[in-house]
Amino acid sequence: MVRINGVELKVAGKTISDYLAESGYDTKRVAVELNGDILPKAQYDSTVLQDGDSVEIVSFVGGG
Amino acid sequence: MTKSDWLAALEIRHGKALQERFSAVSVAVCGLGGLGSNVAISLARAGIGRLHLIDFDRVDISNLHRQQYGVSQLGMYKTEAMRQILYEINPYCKVVTDTVRLNEENLSLIAECGIVCECFDNAECKAMLVNGVTERYPEKHIVAASGMSGLHTGNTIQTKRLGRRLYICGDGMSDVSDDGTLFAPRVMLCAAHQANTVLRIIAGEFEV
Repeated sequence: MVRINGVELKVAGKTISDYLAESGYDTKRVAVELNGDILPKAQYDSTVLQDGDSVEIVSFVGGG
Repeated sequence: MTKSDWLAALEIRHGKALQERFSAVSVAVCGLGGLGSNVAISLARAGIGRLHLIDFDRVDISNLHRQQYGVSQLGMYKTEAMRQILYEINPYCKVVTDTVRLNEENLSLIAECGIVCECFDNAECKAMLVNGVTERYPEKHIVAASGMSGLHTGNTIQTKRLGRRLYICGDGMSDVSDDGTLFAPRVMLCAAHQANTVLRIIAGEFEV
């Protein structure tokens, strides 16, 4: 299981890019924390989710 | 008011050791709208040594409902208008300005700043700055904002920490494109979270 924004999900084996696309995220608006570090965007395609990973996805909203 | 008068007054309030830390720091304020105008003023009041203000835009009548500018400043670049305001508050703050649109190509403008405040209004610009700074300048702290629009309760505005050096203030949800507008107090709440986080980082208090 992978913990994403506090919820345990069966998504091990998918890349970050796959997960973001399937979940409807706009990758131009997100920042992704993987196991305590911010993941560079260039690594979204190559980073495969593993069981035990902890992920936080922030999708920025407009206003300021 | 001499510089030593000013520093003495700050040291009475903040203590000498903490004030010396505040005076030694350079902070970038990226975007000078509702968030950035309030963040910059709070940081100048705290006696931050150097503020680097970055914004391409001019003060417009539609800004006055939440941004800290005045009628006499309509049409001015926000960088220059904010420099005027900060000078009235703290003439000994070194204010550096760049009247440009910050993007991936000119991100090195913030290279000298130890802490970066993301105060943009556009969601993609916010993500660009946060990802750009964390990738290219992993030693810097970045204090961002997401979700402060509408007339929702103020109690949902919070500060979250991601990774070791990224903080995001706001409710994380309320999008101005859904809510239609922003209101001064709720934007100020979010900006106050950002400025408070900056001061806490300088003080060595990294938890939220």
